[in-house]
Amino acid sequence: MRAETGLWIAQRASAAVLALCVLVHLLTIVYAVQGGLTAAEILGRTRGSWGWAAFYGVFVLAVAVHAPIGLRAVMRETLGWRGKSLEAAVAASGLCLAVLGWRAVAGLFA
Amino acid sequence: MSAAATHSRWPARGHAGFWAFAVHRVSGVALALFLPAHFWALGQAIQGEAALDGFLSWAERPSVRAAEVALVVLLAAHLAGGLRLLAIELLPWSDRQKTILALAAGFTLTAGLAFLLNLR
Amino acid sequence: MAATTLDIALWRGDAAGGAFQRYRVPAAQRQTVLDVVTWVQRHVDSGLSYRFACRVGMCGTCAMTVNGKPRWTCRTLVDAAAKDGRLEIAPLANLPVVKDLACDMTAFFDKWRRAEGRFRPAPGLGGDFAVVPPESAARRQAEAGIECIGCAVCYSACDVAAWNSDYLGPAALNRAWTLHNDVRDGAGAARLKAVAGDAGCHSCHSHQSCREHCPKHLNPTASIAGLKRATAWAALKGEI
Repeated sequence: MRAETGLWIAQRASAAVLALCVLVHLLTIVYAVQGGLTAAEILGRTRGSWGWAAFYGVFVLAVAVHAPIGLRAVMRETLGWRGKSLEAAVAASGLCLAVLGWRAVAGLFA
Repeated sequence: MSAAATHSRWPARGHAGFWAFAVHRVSGVALALFLPAHFWALGQAIQGEAALDGFLSWAERPSVRAAEVALVVLLAAHLAGGLRLLAIELLPWSDRQKTILALAAGFTLTAGLAFLLNLR
Repeated sequence: MAATTLDIALWRGDAAGGAFQRYRVPAAQRQTVLDVVTWVQRHVDSGLSYRFACRVGMCGTCAMTVNGKPRWTCRTLVDAAAKDGRLEIAPLANLPVVKDLACDMTAFFDKWRRAEGRFRPAPGLGGDFAVVPPESAARRQAEAGIECIGCAVCYSACDVAAWNSDYLGPAALNRAWTLHNDVRDGAGAARLKAVAGDAGCHSCHSHQSCREHCPKHLNPTASIAGLKRATAWAALKGEI
């Protein structure tokens, strides 16, 4: 498979997952901010909830795939950055997002 | 060497499809830059409820609130614009491109208002 | 009240650079942008370089940037393009200038070749008349994009072509899509592979500037979307 085709498939597949996740996330945000946010309220929803953790675990994975591929296009088109150094930076940024995101999910779950 | 530097550039922009792209790109870059901060802030929960509450009270400043509204609008815009792109690429062509764009803009505005009006 | 003379700015120069020069050209009824350029060449400066052939919207040679937009000049009336009797006429963007209003089209047509934009007869073709059902889905897809005259208006309008000089561009990819849908063609996976490269169909962001400006009202964005799907399926099936 050619690299661009693979990245396109990954970008669109993650976009489809994200479309659902972001919609749920937006609805949750609008619901959660009613009456103000407190740590107790947030953690009451998230602590020990496997469904919540699974949903946001998938959300983070999809973001970690989607955002770096999008940024890669911006780097290539706007900054003219290309080649192996860019591909390495893209992979690293995806890894960082996944680790940071899952760390946050774990922190809210446990 | 090319004509680009020597005569009028910005070829053929200023139509709806170009502006939709511009919104999608700007919102995408902004969200990507925001994500690490978002994850870090939520990661405060690892250090316990108090740390998270400390962050939440900081976030009640008007400037942070304004940024939150902007982020919700950007997220909604990127979602709606992304669905539009998926439709263009994966579904048979629709000649109602401007209607679809109007729907996307409407969704974005609705999401932004829903957040703003429920915010305290 | 139509102006009796037009205020025309023509880009004069070559690959090394140049600038706009102003000309006064008499206005006429149903005058085209190409008529204006020709008037300057015949009456003011016979050294003005530009390109045209058929003058009736078939050959695709006379495209220029008119008041910032790429257009076919032979079928563009001054009345439709001018602002207050003023026209700014420049060579097409995204292509190197040879001289004045004439661009070097080599890169543009090289990309048709690189996109496998030529007919490759399927094995055994020619034994009998090929049957192409007019109502079949593939024929309809080909039909939608087949009237391209190769004028490079879409290529000149394309942001991705401006950002990435290797990008195959809307016209070459549209051509590849029509051939992909030609049941007599045998290139198959080889063509899909050719358009799936580093600067191929997946570089397109669906700005739709090509569709917006195509003088033949074709929709290269839709053709490129078709190629994106076809190449993705072929890749998932391990064909490319």
